Amino acid sequence: MNKYPLWKYLIILAVIIPGFIYALPNLYGEDPALQVSATRAAIIDDGTQQQITSALNESGISFSKLQKQENGIQLRFKDTDDQLKAKAVVENELGDKYTVALNLVPATPAWMDAIDGRPMYLGLDLRGGVHFLMEVDIEGAISNTEKRLVSDLRSGMREKKIRYLSVSSSKNDGILVVFPDIERRAQGLITVEDDFTSLSAKEIESDGKPALALKLTEAAKREISDSSVKQNMTALRNRINELGVAEPIVQQQGNNRIVVQLPGIQDTARAKEIIGRTATLEIMLVDEKNSGNIQAALEGRVPVGSRLYRDRRNSPILLKKGIVYSGNNIVDASAGIDSRNGSSVVHITLDARGASINQRVTGDNIGNRMAVVYVEQKSVIKKDEQGNVVIGENGLPARTKSRIEEVITAPVIRDQLGKRFQIEGLDSIKEARDLSLLLRAGALAAPIEIVEERTIGPSLGKENIRTGFLSVMYGLVAILVFMVFYYRVFGIVADIALVLNLVLMVAILSLFQATLTLPGVAGILLTVGMAVDANVLIFERIREELRNGVTPQAAIHSGYDKALSTIVDANITTLIAAIVLFNFGTGPIKGFAITLSIGILTSMFTAIMVSRGIVNKIYGGRQIKKLAI
Amino acid sequence: MASLKNFHINFLGKRKLAMVFSLALLVISLGSLMTRGLSFGIDFTGGTLVEVTYQDTVAIDDVRDTLSSSGFEDAVVQYFGTAKDVMIRVPLKTDMKGAQVSEKIMLSLHEKQGEFVTDTDPVSKEQTCSADGQRQVCHVQMQRVEFVGPQVGDELANQGGLAMLYALFGILAYVAFRFEWRFAVGSVAALVHDVIITIGVFSVFQLEFTLTVLAALLAVIGYSLNDTIVVFDRIRENFRKMRKETPLNIMNTSINQTLPRTILTSLTTLLVLVSLFIFGGDIIHNFSIALILGVVIGTYSSIFIASPVVLSLGVSRDNLLKVKQEGGEETATP
Repeated sequence: MNKYPLWKYLIILAVIIPGFIYALPNLYGEDPALQVSATRAAIIDDGTQQQITSALNESGISFSKLQKQENGIQLRFKDTDDQLKAKAVVENELGDKYTVALNLVPATPAWMDAIDGRPMYLGLDLRGGVHFLMEVDIEGAISNTEKRLVSDLRSGMREKKIRYLSVSSSKNDGILVVFPDIERRAQGLITVEDDFTSLSAKEIESDGKPALALKLTEAAKREISDSSVKQNMTALRNRINELGVAEPIVQQQGNNRIVVQLPGIQDTARAKEIIGRTATLEIMLVDEKNSGNIQAALEGRVPVGSRLYRDRRNSPILLKKGIVYSGNNIVDASAGIDSRNGSSVVHITLDARGASINQRVTGDNIGNRMAVVYVEQKSVIKKDEQGNVVIGENGLPARTKSRIEEVITAPVIRDQLGKRFQIEGLDSIKEARDLSLLLRAGALAAPIEIVEERTIGPSLGKENIRTGFLSVMYGLVAILVFMVFYYRVFGIVADIALVLNLVLMVAILSLFQATLTLPGVAGILLTVGMAVDANVLIFERIREELRNGVTPQAAIHSGYDKALSTIVDANITTLIAAIVLFNFGTGPIKGFAITLSIGILTSMFTAIMVSRGIVNKIYGGRQIKKLAI
Repeated sequence: MASLKNFHINFLGKRKLAMVFSLALLVISLGSLMTRGLSFGIDFTGGTLVEVTYQDTVAIDDVRDTLSSSGFEDAVVQYFGTAKDVMIRVPLKTDMKGAQVSEKIMLSLHEKQGEFVTDTDPVSKEQTCSADGQRQVCHVQMQRVEFVGPQVGDELANQGGLAMLYALFGILAYVAFRFEWRFAVGSVAALVHDVIITIGVFSVFQLEFTLTVLAALLAVIGYSLNDTIVVFDRIRENFRKMRKETPLNIMNTSINQTLPRTILTSLTTLLVLVSLFIFGGDIIHNFSIALILGVVIGTYSSIFIASPVVLSLGVSRDNLLKVKQEGGEETATP
């Protein structure tokens, strides 16, 4: 009696061994590291890597590991001293087109990396940093679109020679087009149906005149809402790069919200300033006449009527002053494949004003290049050479305003272009995608507002880790001691199950990289308290059976058996509460729900199966007179 | 080894007394909720909260004066922890973008010390300032900022209420499925009882009711139910075993049989919660208070509320025999 078949022990081992392995990465510390990434326009390649290594070699700073990553380069150092020195060196070498961020990366050995063994992912309340919840003003985006459509409608009907009296838009009623007579209205309706598929039309009378009431279709509205959120996310990602944050998160939440998390950032003022910055695109013509003598311009003899710019590879380019049209006129930009030759292209759609300018200008400039310039206004708090804040005349920190201007692309005009055209000759679909994102991000995005902010200072983050760890340790030790004191041998069994439960929870949290927050730590602690419940239920049942005069072996057997359905019932109801909590909760609360749910599941395994396994090994299959319970 | 055993307490005989006691608590709780209301945290009301630590002790009035001269006359300023740690709360403003409030507060506090933040020391993690052309550790260190806009606050309050209802409904359905509707009503009555009294304590003592406290309440629901289910399970089992007994006796016996477990589990859970309360830091202080209250009240209600309600709804052996055929088979194997 009370013997487990071998396969049950194998199952237990099959869960526990990986559990220990995946919990292990949490024991290794962290290496100080530098994270080098490119801002919008710059590119990271082998050359950049060369540059960094040789610069560090020259200054005699050694790094322990250099790793190429998806969007940058990561360098590890032995100590923070090297890390800080290296930061200055690398920043100096690469200039302001790259950001160099300080970071701490897990120091797990290579074999653990290979099996995806990583330490738990700590939430902002534990590592310090800024959390923003931003809301995109969809209404604003829709009314912007309507304003644009008003001017598109005017030029569209002018082109088709349809006379109209007025085109106007109002906030709630959409667009109203008034015609002099019914025939014109009928012609107008055809134009709308053919060229303005995003609008639905209704024939009405306005002050006795025939008119069309136009409204954006639901599908069009959804598209506007989707694209304005995407646009803002792209813009945010680009700007956040500049903050030098090692692992920023920009994520959509719900329909119209964006979560921005910046671990390790405390300067919220600067973060907000950079996030709130607006970028625009300016389309200009390349000064082809003087491009042959770019050296003269570099030496300061810039031809009258032109200006010197830099492109993505930092090479100089001369552009004619005067903006042809701006990013506001770009309605859409998307990456695609040219069906004729399979090369990567970017499709661009302009609004009516942009299209008519484009037609005129490109017609006159076939064979010349047209440059897209990315422009961003920057306002930085002024610091002197020692890094002190300079105080302005009004007693507040002085600010320097500057403009970032970069040529992101300068394709040759092959043909006269209109409303829709494409940029060809891109090296890869990735490049096409990057370019289309840049083109869209610079276009008029919907207004965005911070609706929630949570900032945890770095020292508080550290403190939270300490207090969280302490409370789990003390709580755990208190229970371990209590159980041994109260149930003796069986108490030790329950304690082993409890510790295994903790190991499994840590392993699962690490494996799935679920965010561990401070309430999450509380959830772990609460499950520690509740996990012993299953064992208490079983052991009390065994004691009861013994009191009823049952033999020890039979008491163990029926104790486990009878308690099972109770344990399952009790745990499922708690799980229901945890799942509701998970669906409702945001951030920290979700963390609590996650650890609570995981804890319930792992504790059922350890408290029932593992503890039974151990009890069977101790007492199973032999004659016993008394149980130490 | 001493153990808790063989209780013979007539719990259900004291159900009238318990009923009066619970009713009194409920009346006090509801009365306080209606007159004093809850001291909602900014999670629900919206507004800004800033926690700072000064290098030296600071007078609350000084901080308040600094803030009012910067346009925050309505700021609530108080110590938390020591006389160096100050917590500032500002309600939502109409004339200022919400996200800028914390920035202006920090700027005015630093300005008062004659300093401006430059950056954060990467090693010591302290904010460094420049004052009179000198770099030094800031006199005021920002610890925590929370801003919640009006859009978010309302939403959270609504969602929170809904979550509570979903949880109760889910549990009602599960217990009705596993046991019987009278048991479902009994357990939900106990849960509502627990939640109202826990919130009541928060109202009477005007403890801050935050999002994490709401999460704790949902966990309390789970915990209190745990207790109730264990008792119900035993009642069901005993209805089958003790064929000649009255429902009242069966319930009393069941509660007594499960009493050691009820006490022990409450004790172990309280052990960890007290540890959380003492060592867990101020962010989850009220969270652990809610859980401690919930565990104590939940233990009480699983004995004195859940079973008496089931009894007064007229439960009989027949009600449970049907269920036995559906779901009780697994316990029949030897």
